Amino acid sequence: MFSFCTDPATLSDLPWMACYLTTGKHLNFYAAFGTVLLLLAITAPAALAFGFAGAAAARSRFAPLSLLGKTYIAIVRGVPDIAFFLFFVIALDQGIEYLKHQWVCPDWDQPIRQGNDFIVCQAAKVPLGNAAQWVHKTYSFFVAAFTFAIVFGAFAANVLYGAMRAVPRAQLETAEAYGMTHRQTFWRITVPQMWVYALPGLSNLWMVLIKSTPLLFLLGVEDIVYWARELGGSKTPRFTDYPHGDWRMWYFLVLLVFYLAFTRVSEVVLDRIMARLTLGQATTGGDAQRRVQA
Amino acid sequence: MKTLILTTAALALSAGMALAQSQTIRMGTEGAYPPYNFLNDKGEVDGFERELGDELCKRAELTCEWVTTDWDGIIPNLVSGNYDTIIAGMSITAERDEVIDFTQNYMPPAASAYAGLNADVDVATGVIAAQATTIQAGHVAASGATLLEFATPEETVASVRNGEADAVFADKDYLVPIVEESGGELTFVGEDVPLGGGIGIGLRESDTELRAKFDAAIQTMKDDGTLNTMIVKWFGEGAATF
Repeated sequence: MFSFCTDPATLSDLPWMACYLTTGKHLNFYAAFGTVLLLLAITAPAALAFGFAGAAAARSRFAPLSLLGKTYIAIVRGVPDIAFFLFFVIALDQGIEYLKHQWVCPDWDQPIRQGNDFIVCQAAKVPLGNAAQWVHKTYSFFVAAFTFAIVFGAFAANVLYGAMRAVPRAQLETAEAYGMTHRQTFWRITVPQMWVYALPGLSNLWMVLIKSTPLLFLLGVEDIVYWARELGGSKTPRFTDYPHGDWRMWYFLVLLVFYLAFTRVSEVVLDRIMARLTLGQATTGGDAQRRVQA
Repeated sequence: MKTLILTTAALALSAGMALAQSQTIRMGTEGAYPPYNFLNDKGEVDGFERELGDELCKRAELTCEWVTTDWDGIIPNLVSGNYDTIIAGMSITAERDEVIDFTQNYMPPAASAYAGLNADVDVATGVIAAQATTIQAGHVAASGATLLEFATPEETVASVRNGEADAVFADKDYLVPIVEESGGELTFVGEDVPLGGGIGIGLRESDTELRAKFDAAIQTMKDDGTLNTMIVKWFGEGAATF
């Protein structure tokens, strides 16, 4: 990156460090922080949506829908993350390719499963085999985000399911007394009031989600933990211009600081949201706020 | 006008499909096993297998692209079609041959070796580190020593340095630069052990056409001696050649 980086072996400590920290590999490492933040930004609302849909379905008075919601919650919560991530992603990818295969290659005569192999016609590959590398990367990123959303959605569904039932019965009775239908009660009374009960559980989920991004490499997305391990590992002068010993501790220290700072920021934001949600609620927190105002 | 747009769209679509027929071969590797394959300072795949793979693709007239993946998932991702070859220092073994196919070997059966902090480690009874799901891990498990498995080669060496394991067991070619550059900290222990049937390119069993292409390309490189030159370049004068 800098013009003086042509022969790193001759450099003194400070410029050596400057050159070392700006190698292509390090730029990938810095970019991975963006990947992780982007994943969180996409996954969090998506998981909340899955959770809301799951909880609403589980509460439904229509039995098959309720069963569907409860099955989703039970299965995804019960399967270990790593097993789910390895199995589901490959299954999802194959499912998409199978459907596309039926669509674009209707006159294909060979079996799709040949022993261990999964074979679809070239035109049905997702992404296409000759697509640029960034297309493959983007695709696996979105598959990863979708998988994260499904997994964390199941946990969020359970939290929201509990929160919906925690809304005081008196509130719902009042709504019924005003002649609101079941649907009106749900949208106007239950949903606005449930968040205060859901937030502690949801904030836990958010904290776990922040720290579960190393699972990304299982899905072929290179995250910050992968790069920290790769960069920190000892390097011999034969294969790099920047040989060094085992520096993993320093890289993981950087990750520690990043995660701690991120957690702190999240806590501050979540506290504010909690204060806002508590306003006027029939909870201990709401009572406390009323006493301060009085 | 509407039909015009529709026709153009249909043309563009079919052109895209025609393009899709010309295949890019995606080469799957680990990127963490120098000198076979590793990421260079720019973050690109580099090493013996990068140079070899590019040359093979040139000779077989294929367009190739490199992808890195975790060692644990390297076979499932191949059979599921996420890439088309495994070129990652993978030894040809009967067990793996049941699941995938191999080309002829591009590295002769190579020696594996133990390396420890001192030369008098008893490799038959001590704690030996090896990378999970490698032939070396299988050998240690069968030898009666206590096997300590790690996901990456780097961690196996680190475990010896911090005293967790008495010795590491890996391909000698991987250990040689590490032992030489360690300034006397690490040393080879005991005899070398010949393992496996050499290293080949892993392919899906149904991909017979691609396997024939790579087989032929490897054969031409063996015949004109370029493969031996390449092996000596990356593994030093003492390396086994064809």
